[in-house]
Amino acid sequence: MGLKQKLHTLKEKYRGKKMAPAFNALHTFLYLPNETTHSGSHVRAADDLKRTMNTVIMALIPCLIFGMFNAGYQTNLQTDPEITQAMGLFSGEFWNWSNFVIGFWKVLPLVIVSYGVGLAVEFLFAVIKGHEVEEGYLVTGMLVPLIVPIDIPLWMLVVAVIFGVVIGKEVFGGTGMNILNPALTIRAFLFFAYPTWMSGDKVWVHGAVETAGKPDAISGETILGSLAQNNEIGYSVMDMFLGFIPGSVGETSTLLILLGALFLIYTKIGSWRIMLSTVLGALAMGLIFNGVVSAGWIDSSSKFFGLMNTEFWHHLIIGGFAFGAVYMATDPVTASQTNKGKWIYGFLIGFISILIRVFNPAYPEGVMLAILLMNVFAPTIDHYVVQGNVKKRMKRIKVKTA
Amino acid sequence: MWLGKKDKCNTHYPMSKDIKIKKGLDIRLKGEADKTLSNAPRSRTFAIRPSDFHLITPKVVLKEGEKLQAGDPVFYSRENKDLKFVSPVSGTLTAIERGAKRVIERIVIEADQQDAFKEFGKIDLSTADAETIKSRFLEAGCWPFIKQRPYDVIADAETKPKAIFVSGYASAPLAADYDFTLKGKEAELQAAVTALSKLTDGDVHVSIGSSGTSSFDTLKDITLHKVSGPHPSGNVGTQIGKINPVNKGETVWTVSAQDLVIIGELLLTGKFNAERIIALAGSSVKNPKYYRTKIGAEVSTFVYDSGLDEDNVRVISGNVLTGEKISPKGHLGYYDNMVTVIPEGDDYEFFGWNKPVFDKISPSRALTFSWLFPKKKYELDTNTNGEHRAFVLTGNYENVFPLDIYPLQILKACMVQDLDEMEALGMYEVAPEDFALTEFICVSKQPHQQIIRNGLDQMIKEIG
Repeated sequence: MGLKQKLHTLKEKYRGKKMAPAFNALHTFLYLPNETTHSGSHVRAADDLKRTMNTVIMALIPCLIFGMFNAGYQTNLQTDPEITQAMGLFSGEFWNWSNFVIGFWKVLPLVIVSYGVGLAVEFLFAVIKGHEVEEGYLVTGMLVPLIVPIDIPLWMLVVAVIFGVVIGKEVFGGTGMNILNPALTIRAFLFFAYPTWMSGDKVWVHGAVETAGKPDAISGETILGSLAQNNEIGYSVMDMFLGFIPGSVGETSTLLILLGALFLIYTKIGSWRIMLSTVLGALAMGLIFNGVVSAGWIDSSSKFFGLMNTEFWHHLIIGGFAFGAVYMATDPVTASQTNKGKWIYGFLIGFISILIRVFNPAYPEGVMLAILLMNVFAPTIDHYVVQGNVKKRMKRIKVKTA
Repeated sequence: MWLGKKDKCNTHYPMSKDIKIKKGLDIRLKGEADKTLSNAPRSRTFAIRPSDFHLITPKVVLKEGEKLQAGDPVFYSRENKDLKFVSPVSGTLTAIERGAKRVIERIVIEADQQDAFKEFGKIDLSTADAETIKSRFLEAGCWPFIKQRPYDVIADAETKPKAIFVSGYASAPLAADYDFTLKGKEAELQAAVTALSKLTDGDVHVSIGSSGTSSFDTLKDITLHKVSGPHPSGNVGTQIGKINPVNKGETVWTVSAQDLVIIGELLLTGKFNAERIIALAGSSVKNPKYYRTKIGAEVSTFVYDSGLDEDNVRVISGNVLTGEKISPKGHLGYYDNMVTVIPEGDDYEFFGWNKPVFDKISPSRALTFSWLFPKKKYELDTNTNGEHRAFVLTGNYENVFPLDIYPLQILKACMVQDLDEMEALGMYEVAPEDFALTEFICVSKQPHQQIIRNGLDQMIKEIG
């Protein structure tokens, strides 16, 4: 009796029992189920939700691995005088074992905690409510470690993940029903519950918090943080594009995010409409601010000057903008669901991201709030788009009766 | 496989339109019927399934053991006594099989060696008026062939439709080719469309493929349209949407092309001849080809004549997207002109959800490679390839859905039973079969056709 047969016997044994969803969740990971069509179309396409989610995870893996190297690199750069700034994409200063080991042992616990706690909550709800475990958390669980600061205490992450999954998703009825992006709900919870920890210039580089105030203190400041204080940033555009900068674990490398975006678009899993329109929105807002500066309405003494004067397209490669536009804004459940709506939704995310970034120097990462805000408005956008179709139908009758 | 983005509708001259569909998907399967015609052996029993006639409650007029001729009524509709459902053959009614709540599942007729036909008398179409034609259709069992939109049910004989639509082009997977099955039936088709044209103030719209020779080419009293593009270009719903969509308060009728032949023969000869040329297709069939048989015949008469490649199969009366699952000993459905046999997919597949897939069709490229081989033919089984989930992905249905309707939104409106929303989004225009392709590609494996059917039923109940 093979494994397949044994598992099948077990499945039949537990059919209808309380723990069946938990068992099935594990079983279906190993084997595509033996379910056949009962109504309607007798054949079905190859894709299911697991495959779809798996594709998004594949697009995230490069960011995760890069994040591990970068975590170690940012620390070593400041503590180890041997390490010099990385030059170029394949620089040995960046891709070395010592960087990876530091980063690996910092990032791996984040991944384990994120998946462990999140899936535990999902399983619990599935068993209580008697439905199958839905795959939504597979992507959320990978996103969470990539959008938190490297030095976040694990207990904080545990609290946030539980909050995010329960309040952000399960109370709405689980995957497919939620209004807010669960990963960003977790991120927003961290930000508002532990503001002193989550903002400022410490947590973004491993070791910066522990060494704060000591003579060998290292800086954990991000580019956005420097800009918000009108400081010089000290990183080249190439560094920003390749991702050799401090920031949340997976968000720094615009290059890898761009590759991930192309992969998602090519596999037809991610919405190119949202990605493109988000970028367009950000560029538009960036240009407006550049225009304000060059018109001389604002001078360098203004506290908004640093970020407003940032060249408009640099906004795309600093902070979490690119990551948010590619992996967060495109979440199909919380985004606009109509193709026209996606253009509006994306554009406004980009536009508002940069707006918040510039006018909120205390927390210059606007993309998270912009996406959450537009998540709330996505159904409204869809409503008006669909109304267009409804009106067209009404008009057809009027033409007839007239 | 063929996926596109936008649709065009070129108007050449006022009456006739060329319909070009770009949104859609051709599902290419193995086992296409070879264009040779055999006579199926005479079936011993014939059966009528009342479930083929949606929302009709049958009132059986005969008792078990009574004799009947081809064309004799077997039952009528409880709601409309004039609407008769007749026997396709002469023989003896042997069984009225009932299921739960005594609902009649099948009425079985044991056939005589030779058919004796009930004589209804010819109708002279040059003089006949609408009432004569209607009452003949009703009494002689041809009315059930006429369906209506809204609601996709048998047409209400009291209404006058704004137009009648016939699709003479089949784009469904492995579908029987009308150019082949209707060859030489021009006289019957002409009689049928002429009669139908008297039942409407509008036109009888017939759509044919843009290539090939159709029996409809030379007919009078019709408006001919040429359609091209992937499935569902051959669905009558798609054609209605492009030619003259149904508005609130309006009705259109639809008739399947193969049923026009039976209607035409009734008019010309006065006999209800249930003969039909059907395609036997599917990857499990040894020699897929065309058979001449009758409505309600045992499918085993031709399935085993042709032979099967395997035992664990699903026999479908109809095509793989909209057909009905029947047992291998079952009978041909009232409206079906094909039988498809494909392998059952009741087996597990190791890591089936993440390994690269070459042998299944997929609208995405998520480690699925059907996009590399657009002409390849596939052997799909009945596995769902995943479990039922809530709706998650968006924007993918639109690629295979040519109607000017928001598919996801209307499905959700049906699920929450929001009648106003359903009406506003275009529920009067759709039939379950219009959602077969969105169901096929659905990542969440939602039963789209069932959802739409339930929605339509609720509208009938509450709006009427």
